[in-house]
Amino acid sequence: MATFRSKTITMAHGGGGRAMRELIDKLIVPAFDNPRLAMLEDQARVGLGSLAEHGDRLAFTTDSYVVAPLFFPGGDIGKLAICGTVNDLAMSGATPLFLSCGLIIEEGFPTADLERVLASMAAQARAAGVQVVTGDTKVVNRGAADKLFINTAGIGVIARGVEIAATRARPGDVVIVNGTLGDHGVAILVARNELELQSDITSDCQPLHGLVQAMVAACPGIRCLRDATRGGLATVLNEFAVSSKVGIRLQESAMPLKPEVRGACEMLGLDVLYMANEGKLVAVVPPEAAAAVLAAMRAHPAGADSAIIGEVLAEPAGHVVLNTTFGGERVVDMLVGEQLPRIC
Amino acid sequence: MKFADEFRDPDLARSLVAEITRLAEALTRNATRPLQVMEVCGGHTHTIFRYGLKDLLPETIEFVHGPGCPVCVLPMGRVDDCVAIAEHPQVIMTSFGDAMRVPGSKKSLLQAKAEGADVRTVYSPLDALKLAQKNPDKEVVFFGLGFETTMPSTAMTVLQAEALGVRNFSLFCNHITIIPTVKAILDSPDLQIDGFLGPGHVSMVIGTEPYEFIAQQYQRPLVVAGFEPLDILQSLWMVLKQMDEGRCEVENQYKRVAAAGGNAAALDAITRVFELREFFEWRGLGSIDHSGVRMRQAYAAFDAERRFSVPNLKIADPKSCQCGEVLKGIIKPNQCKVFGTLCTPEMPLGALMVSSEGACAAYHQYSRMAFVKRDVATA
Repeated sequence: MATFRSKTITMAHGGGGRAMRELIDKLIVPAFDNPRLAMLEDQARVGLGSLAEHGDRLAFTTDSYVVAPLFFPGGDIGKLAICGTVNDLAMSGATPLFLSCGLIIEEGFPTADLERVLASMAAQARAAGVQVVTGDTKVVNRGAADKLFINTAGIGVIARGVEIAATRARPGDVVIVNGTLGDHGVAILVARNELELQSDITSDCQPLHGLVQAMVAACPGIRCLRDATRGGLATVLNEFAVSSKVGIRLQESAMPLKPEVRGACEMLGLDVLYMANEGKLVAVVPPEAAAAVLAAMRAHPAGADSAIIGEVLAEPAGHVVLNTTFGGERVVDMLVGEQLPRIC
Repeated sequence: MKFADEFRDPDLARSLVAEITRLAEALTRNATRPLQVMEVCGGHTHTIFRYGLKDLLPETIEFVHGPGCPVCVLPMGRVDDCVAIAEHPQVIMTSFGDAMRVPGSKKSLLQAKAEGADVRTVYSPLDALKLAQKNPDKEVVFFGLGFETTMPSTAMTVLQAEALGVRNFSLFCNHITIIPTVKAILDSPDLQIDGFLGPGHVSMVIGTEPYEFIAQQYQRPLVVAGFEPLDILQSLWMVLKQMDEGRCEVENQYKRVAAAGGNAAALDAITRVFELREFFEWRGLGSIDHSGVRMRQAYAAFDAERRFSVPNLKIADPKSCQCGEVLKGIIKPNQCKVFGTLCTPEMPLGALMVSSEGACAAYHQYSRMAFVKRDVATA
């Protein structure tokens, strides 16, 4: 097939005419390469029977990706757009199956960068075992979007008997995280290059559904599961505490942290508990299953550094507290707005 | 992690706490109230809450969280002026992160940004200067605030802008100086504070001599303290030891950073660029003589107050706020009439609710948890 000739994306590529058709035919369809997408209908069609093989409930989610910069150590906006939506599905215990891909492109965006993003999405989708089966492309005037925004929606199917919800934490339960915290947030801060910091920290961006399947196999009665993206670990645990009307007590000394991430947060006056992750989940599991779940997590590549970091208590209901390594305690509250570095 | 974990050793903390508890009990045996020690600096307040020091200490000791949070004490009128400058179409306003949320009478810098002003967070005034060099067709203004800690870097940036001939850079100067404010607190008739933890990073610049009057005239011990949790505990122990031995001195716990004579180069830069204002308005404390600095005439070209017309209105603190009484240790944050009701971290009314370093904001988080008893802790 002839290659896509335009070096940049122009308004014409979103105009619905020949140029747009060329973009879809020569870049998008070949990248995702599957028969449902190649039909080029206005919607993808999925047989109900094939869905029912995986379980008895549909999981359906959507997320938009607006990260800057588009390419960063450990990932890019395309990888993020697949992993993020796959992970949102996986947190219900669902098997992720099909994704949509909506692109909003700023005119003048280099075609080479778009190809790179699409290739990354395709590779990640293959690795995660999901298909991008429908999509939409818009091109907007320069300044109306920041280079490239991506929306992906996804559907998956939840196996019978799996009931994971933020309301289900009970006193005595154990809190587990699947590895080091804050890697993505710090990688992005460094990649923005505004701080003149240098580091080897890479984003933890990864799909988590395989890990979740191993966890569910070890303990079908997992209570709560959420990926700790924006707002970090602290936000997820506050959501659990409020929804389940329980207290959560964390041990600072048990938090898995990379020394570089800890150092960067110390220097910048940021709290790692609020830093974004893109490949980390927080699980609340019944105490009797904690050892089995932890072992299953550590045996999976996405959970090698898993650790028990705290426990669920009856009180203080709706709050998260942290026992500091220093021997004191503090409240880990929701942030009021975004985390802002302190003056001195 | 090197240079951090050494100062956070829980075993050392336990033995210090035991000594502090013993001294405090002896000192308060016949007293009707706990000992009040003011940590002047917001950085100390932050450490006290971040590491949960309040829980470790006996009830015979009370921290009074002082006025040393530059973000908190910034009056609304100055924020309004800053917003007015930021809203000039050719201006890029640059600011430290936590000043972005400080409410003016109408809006904060964050709100101005949302409405279209070009406002950017920087980590250093030098970043603002670089931005000015990169954007010669824009006016880059740095929202300078802070005590003597941040004053030298702002002064050096102005000197560098002059040396480089950067003409589109200016400073909106809100720098304040701590000594007159501590003096104002000491002069208040209802003062109860028994001792002070002195601000370590201010002292790194000005040295320890400027505090001598606190020990000599006002007979209160002061220990210049570092910012790690063990620094705070050791400094507190030093204050109590002075009391126990009947001494009133200025001591320096933060010798690894703060030299007795301060930093001559930093002081020189400050003196070259800045001069004292006759008075400066503090949120919560009102106008205090000689407590702020402005730019000298020689640097007028870099002075945003001279380059842009600003409303320069004095906006009174809301009447219901009791920030002043909290700052003097007369009432605790949660005893203020509007604490947690009209004044919350989401919608701060008073100075001390504004920044995470402010006493009320820290207390708001903590006191909601007052029902958390230690027996819940199963660590």
